[in-house]
Amino acid sequence: MSGILPYPLLSLALLALWLLLNQSISAGHVILGSVLAVLASWAMAALRPEKPCIRRPGAALRLTGMVVVDILRSNLAVGRIIVRSREPGVNAGFMTIPLDMRSRQGLAVLSIIITSTPGTIWVNYDAAKSTLLLHVLDLVDETVWIRTIKGRYERLLMEIFE
Amino acid sequence: MTALGDLPTWAAFIVSFCVVLGAAVTLIGTIGLLRLGNFYARVHAPTLGATLGMGSILLGSTFYFSVLESRPVVHEILIAVFVTLTTPVTLMLLARAALYRDLTEGSTEVPASEVVEDLIPPG
Repeated sequence: MSGILPYPLLSLALLALWLLLNQSISAGHVILGSVLAVLASWAMAALRPEKPCIRRPGAALRLTGMVVVDILRSNLAVGRIIVRSREPGVNAGFMTIPLDMRSRQGLAVLSIIITSTPGTIWVNYDAAKSTLLLHVLDLVDETVWIRTIKGRYERLLMEIFE
Repeated sequence: MTALGDLPTWAAFIVSFCVVLGAAVTLIGTIGLLRLGNFYARVHAPTLGATLGMGSILLGSTFYFSVLESRPVVHEILIAVFVTLTTPVTLMLLARAALYRDLTEGSTEVPASEVVEDLIPPG
């Protein structure tokens, strides 16, 4: 398995990408896409990245659903601040959150979640102290944000990647 | 605009709703870019266009082409995936560059340098 397919998930994703781009699931495209996906995963193997393993696919699905809902809700919240507030951004500020997660894949996914959610931006992660510096647009109560990020995202991500 | 005539009215309503909603959300994000006070707050505004704005316009596009060609056309998913994966890189780069600039200028409005010491190169 590891000889021919060093990164099965990557190969699968590339094959899906190829089929979606060509908008066809004909045998020819499946074969061509599979060859390209396997070749690309060999090229990737030369870089020797850490191999991610997704332990709980169910948790990953739950996390995806939760993130989509949170992104919609914070779109509304940030939109309201921009349109309604007389002095938008007056509550904005930095905050630090201590993280327990060490997995690099988990941290990468967390950074994408936090940054693509309107209203929060990942600024800096300190690997030595394992603290995360965030900038939040509506920083009224820090504990709410700590609870959201640690309780909702970090716990699930640790279940998935660690 | 010949293709538009082939679209049934009910489908045209759904498509226009999605596209107008997406455009409106993106416009609000752009207004935020103008109205918000400082650089760090301003970085938040364009994410509206990159999430709900993008999603809504892509949904309209998927629906339009699926109805028009009478088969599911879903390769807009790829646009969503790539935008979602690449936007954070740019935003983090901008935020970190701004923080680095403010720290080297000795601004008091950003966290003290010991909090973010690994941004400052040694020596």
